[in-house]
Amino acid sequence: MTTAESPVRGGAPAARHSTAVPLAPPRRLLEFTIDDEPVRVPEGSTILDACRAQGKDIPTLCQGDTLTPKNACRVCMVEVEGSRTLVPACSRRAEAGMTVHTDTERARHSRKIVLELLASSVDLSTTPRAAEWLKEYDAKPDRFGPQAARLNEEPKVDNDLYVRDYDKCILCYKCVDACGDQWQNTFAISVAGRGFDARIAVEHDAPLTDSACVYCGNCIEVCPTGALSFKSEFDMRAAGTWDESKQSETTTVCAYCGVGCNLTLHVQDNEIVKVTSPHDNPVTHGNLCIKGRFGYQHVQNRE
Amino acid sequence: MDLHFGDSKPTDEERAAVDALLGPPESAWEAPAGEWVDRSADDLRWARGGRPARDRRDLLLPGLHAINDRVGWISDGALDYLCRRLTVPPAEAYGVATFYAMFSVRPRPATVLHVCTDLACAAHGAAEVCAGIEQRLGAGSGVHIERSPCLGLCERAPAALAVRAGDPVRTAVAAPATVESAVLAATSPDSADEEPPASLAVPQAGDPSLVLLSRVGVVDPASLDDYRAEGGYTALRRAFDIGPAQVIREVTDAGLVGRGGAAFPTGRKWQATASQPDHPHYVVCNADESEPGTFKDRVIMEGDPYSLIESMTIAGYAVGAHHGYLYLRGEYPRALARLEHAIAQARSRGLLGDDVMGQGYAFDIEIRRGAGAYICGEETALFNSIEGFRGEPRSKPPFPVEKGLFGKPTAENNVETLVNVLPILTMGAQAYAAIGTQKSTGPKLFCVSGSVARPGIYELPFGATLGELLELAGPPEKLRAVLLGGAAGGFVRADELDIPLTFEGTREAGTTLGSGVVLALDDTVPLPRILLRIAEFFRDESCGQCVPCRVGTVRQEEALTRLLERAGAEAEDDIALLREVGRAMRDASICGLGQTAWNAVESAIDRLGAYA
Repeated sequence: MTTAESPVRGGAPAARHSTAVPLAPPRRLLEFTIDDEPVRVPEGSTILDACRAQGKDIPTLCQGDTLTPKNACRVCMVEVEGSRTLVPACSRRAEAGMTVHTDTERARHSRKIVLELLASSVDLSTTPRAAEWLKEYDAKPDRFGPQAARLNEEPKVDNDLYVRDYDKCILCYKCVDACGDQWQNTFAISVAGRGFDARIAVEHDAPLTDSACVYCGNCIEVCPTGALSFKSEFDMRAAGTWDESKQSETTTVCAYCGVGCNLTLHVQDNEIVKVTSPHDNPVTHGNLCIKGRFGYQHVQNRE
Repeated sequence: MDLHFGDSKPTDEERAAVDALLGPPESAWEAPAGEWVDRSADDLRWARGGRPARDRRDLLLPGLHAINDRVGWISDGALDYLCRRLTVPPAEAYGVATFYAMFSVRPRPATVLHVCTDLACAAHGAAEVCAGIEQRLGAGSGVHIERSPCLGLCERAPAALAVRAGDPVRTAVAAPATVESAVLAATSPDSADEEPPASLAVPQAGDPSLVLLSRVGVVDPASLDDYRAEGGYTALRRAFDIGPAQVIREVTDAGLVGRGGAAFPTGRKWQATASQPDHPHYVVCNADESEPGTFKDRVIMEGDPYSLIESMTIAGYAVGAHHGYLYLRGEYPRALARLEHAIAQARSRGLLGDDVMGQGYAFDIEIRRGAGAYICGEETALFNSIEGFRGEPRSKPPFPVEKGLFGKPTAENNVETLVNVLPILTMGAQAYAAIGTQKSTGPKLFCVSGSVARPGIYELPFGATLGELLELAGPPEKLRAVLLGGAAGGFVRADELDIPLTFEGTREAGTTLGSGVVLALDDTVPLPRILLRIAEFFRDESCGQCVPCRVGTVRQEEALTRLLERAGAEAEDDIALLREVGRAMRDASICGLGQTAWNAVESAIDRLGAYA
């Protein structure tokens, strides 16, 4: 996705980026109503864009700021008048004259049940905001009983760089999209199997080391639940030493080549514990290569 | 894209299966891993992959079929070789191969025996037959037994389908299946009894009032001359006489709506497709009839295959398409053989090809076999399946008339809808619209099965009542309930037989015609078990893309399992749970599968008082 096409969040479309990027041609504004209030958004905006511009907080999991909406998780459902079913706010484009209700009993019920279904089948303990939403929607995942089927997957630790803990995977498809034609073009991962047995897998369900993976880590960057994580983070969590309150973040420029990718170093106790990349960087949109993402040991080599 | 194919090699047989479909490799670079020895000077100036190869991504599913048909399962080496030939990433192909029930990526015996355990077969003792078969064909028998969803042979329930891999692949059907006939079909498919003719599934066969089924049992399904002698191709001739716009007008005026369950006006769909500026346009025939209890499309394709070929040609002409895809469910080997034959005949006689009937219109039809996935009957999942992706539905909008198959404007209709176009053109829109009721025009096919004396496909004008239909089929003495519209439909009570079989009449009665299933259950059938079977079906067939369906169908099945033992006050909690989950599934699922997965169970609770 080029900057020119990126969804613009409401109010001030032109001011988001520096002039180094070509400006998008001016777009028409659409008028419609959200929760009985009139809103105006640029053509092409999604309902979610419009809601966020209005300061409305709608839960999302599979939506990614750098990815095409997949609308697979179905937690952002809203009510659109005239539609038989609820509508995913993340992917449905706003249309002039649309009447959207974000907080009806029907929409809240659906979000509550979807959160319950998710939390009863996978481990959401490392999903940002999950606990808050479960509380807000009064979700009670335990009510499906102790026999309710769960993923119960063991973490896959088959290399030194990152860990796949599919017990936390909600099948949002973000890693598949990031690895595939949306960013990395490596196509090392896909969804295999069907229904409740569907899992993210590499070819032949092999270890990562036997796959096409190039260890760019862009899948970790977009994973919304912590199902994919740095080995360093995984080990520290296991040891009980992972503490985000003690971490600082410093954004710098990668020194490996001349492209100039931005790296955000997450440092705890004077050690780099993981590396992310700012999503609003117009060059990388949060993507890195193996060197930028994982090649940080030399920085802290004190020998 | 820099693809990584691994170093596993195909066996000679697997390689031959792929090459039989794609032709021999053009360059040593396309050869299996590690076989670079025959590289010629040309190979040094050859670029692997690129657009020509990637454009053939849609051959992935036929390629997987080729391997599975020849060997019985898909090994790493075979999959990698197919991916190398098509420049498809192996991870994606693995995702596709593991999506379909008829493929296996683990070694298994060459013979697979699919034993139907779905609704109609369950009502006819499938469980005992299945247990008997499993006892006879234990480990070491060389037969892999699969308990299967509906095989579409409901009129001869219980049913079993044996598939023996090889060159060529052999299939045999045992229906009605006994332990002996199923075992014989599996161990010796070549000497199994031949299937009865399709006309036996049509109890009214020969009745002069039939419109859609008039040729079933009358013509030889292999003979194009027979078909023409019985009025075949007069509709296409009329279409050419009046032109595409007038064809669409006739279909619109006739009031034809889709018979697949959604009841969308066909004329409007065709008009919308025809008017799209983007080209090419496509016509897709949805013959992935997988709704439990549905077998009407199979009977038409087996008994009157040319009628479908002709209707698809008319549809193509009307919407301006030159290529049609006929997506046929993988469990219909006889329909496949008959349609392949019919298409070849039509092609050789100038009824398909560059110049159809000498009218300067080019149209051809390609058959694509599904591989065991109910979800691929959803129109957009079907496109993904043809294109070589996982059969997951796309979110709408955009709608298929705008962006359908290969992202191009596409008119997709099911078999029954398409064959209705023939009488519309031969008898004229007015005469056609005079059949049935004002809002539901034309004749309608019903798949009657379960506890009736004469199960089969019945054709009645819209407006006949459920009771009248059951009367034709010989209702059971003690009718308990009727499942209308299949697993995605709903139950009605034995005292509701005056419901008129029309779209508006069933809607008013709070139920649906769906795909035309009428499954009669007498009071010997254990209702909670049937409901559990429906839940199992949806859990099994959910593609897994969206959360409400992927997890919701599991929670529904769990609750119904608990309810096998419970009723009354004990059942209240689970019923409340079912209602809440069902409501979210209906509201929030991406496609019709999740949205309807709770319908039948809900109707059984509300209308039949199940668990009361």
